[in-house]
Amino acid sequence: MVAVSTLLLVIAGGLVTSNDAAQSVPDCPLSYGKLVPPLEGGIRFEFAHRVLAATVTILTLILALWSRSRLAWVAFAAVVAQALLGGAVVTLVAPKWMPVAHACLAQLVFGLIVAIVVRQYCARRKRVEMSLDPAGTSACATLFVQTILGAAVRHNVAGIVPHIVFAAVATLVVMWAGVQVLMHHMENPPFRRSAILLLSLTFSQVFLGMGAYMSRILAADDPQPMPIMISFTVAHVAVGSLAFGAAIAMAIIVGHGGMTVA
Amino acid sequence: MKKIWIGFGLACVLSLAGCGGGNPPETAKKAEPGAAPAGGGAAAMPDEANGATITGKVTFDGTKPKGKTIDMSANPVCTKAHATAPAMTEDVVVNDNGTLKYAFVWIKSGLPDQTWQVPTTAVTLDQNGCMYKPHVIGVMAGQQIDVKNSDPTNHNIHPQPQTNQEWNESQPPGSADKMQTFARQEVMIPVKCNIHPWMRSYIGVVSHPFFAVTGDDGTFTIKGLPPGTYTIEAWHEKYGTSDQTITVGAKDSKTQDFSFKG
Repeated sequence: MVAVSTLLLVIAGGLVTSNDAAQSVPDCPLSYGKLVPPLEGGIRFEFAHRVLAATVTILTLILALWSRSRLAWVAFAAVVAQALLGGAVVTLVAPKWMPVAHACLAQLVFGLIVAIVVRQYCARRKRVEMSLDPAGTSACATLFVQTILGAAVRHNVAGIVPHIVFAAVATLVVMWAGVQVLMHHMENPPFRRSAILLLSLTFSQVFLGMGAYMSRILAADDPQPMPIMISFTVAHVAVGSLAFGAAIAMAIIVGHGGMTVA
Repeated sequence: MKKIWIGFGLACVLSLAGCGGGNPPETAKKAEPGAAPAGGGAAAMPDEANGATITGKVTFDGTKPKGKTIDMSANPVCTKAHATAPAMTEDVVVNDNGTLKYAFVWIKSGLPDQTWQVPTTAVTLDQNGCMYKPHVIGVMAGQQIDVKNSDPTNHNIHPQPQTNQEWNESQPPGSADKMQTFARQEVMIPVKCNIHPWMRSYIGVVSHPFFAVTGDDGTFTIKGLPPGTYTIEAWHEKYGTSDQTITVGAKDSKTQDFSFKG
């Protein structure tokens, strides 16, 4: 539930940016001085994002209190830091790196929640210490770098070229990591599934990236963000998060090793 | 358990510290070093009796582009304001005589090194029918801009300068006008409303009074120029800039036209 809420929050954030609504509510923590602002235009996206952020914060706190794991508290701290950063983006307006950091920390929060979920899944089957598969970890790191580059493009801090070039690098690293797992653990369903999921999401992400780029070019002269561009871009953000989460899941599942069913 | 409550308490304190209200930084309203003085002192005035006058027009060369219809359905109030005829984009407005509206023409260089008196009258930027009116304005650095909201709906005003201080303020319906200034010369500053992403305007901020914005006849007049050789620039939102060099003597009246290709 926390993972799904966090993914929804990432999607809501993507909708805010894609609809150019990031600064539509200039005050924080209230919105237009009220708990519920007039829900019109871009305010709808920004306010929905805030409501989901509050929900995720509460759910993560419950998760931390319930599980009492260090990782869950780290996730809660990251969610709070993310909320503070979001508030700073609204109130300080100017520093361009802040929205980029906000987008990247969102991915880390989602990654942490995925790690908590996968660890609990693994722990139910066999009690082992946390360890990470090096190939999966490489995929995680590469996808996170790609997230930073993508966020920089979205917030006009960097051009598209580094993001496109690194997409090729990230795809190759993910392919290498996924194929490694498939070659050595084809008979192990959890390993195989995690690798196939990562590969599928990454390949989908490449095509969504192309779609997002093309739709942006086509919509360059439009007076406002158009639905086709918004759909592609938000899907690109969401599947990017899922691919990052899948890489984390594969790194943990394969890293545990002892889960081998066969 | 004690650690948990300490952590939660710390998170709450940090959350309150991070979201501190939506007022723009005070620096946005103060003149900075190097900026034109706000009236009085030894500042010069344009000598309209003895100075030179440059007149001209900004023409459009090419097939007249069709404006795009703006979809304002995100806010019924905006739709209602254009019930008789849909709102059109104003990035390229070709007048009936083949000239361009909303071109900003200014003396880019060549003026003597002196400060110029800032007009005491404010320039109005109105939000009317969910459009900025006018689409392009020019002001002197330090001159007041009177931001109005004539609409029965919320707007946020968000200029995005590169060298001046960025700010973002909400303006609910019926609220008082906002008086703002920009301290430094900057051509041009985009202004947007994040609630209504089609709303876009540009402000030309210069450190002297020799500038003009073309209107329905596409002409401009710059009066009171001291004798000298100047670079005069025409800026257009879509077609970029065009520079010309012109030499004027005392009481000269010269013509300098510009042309942009579509």
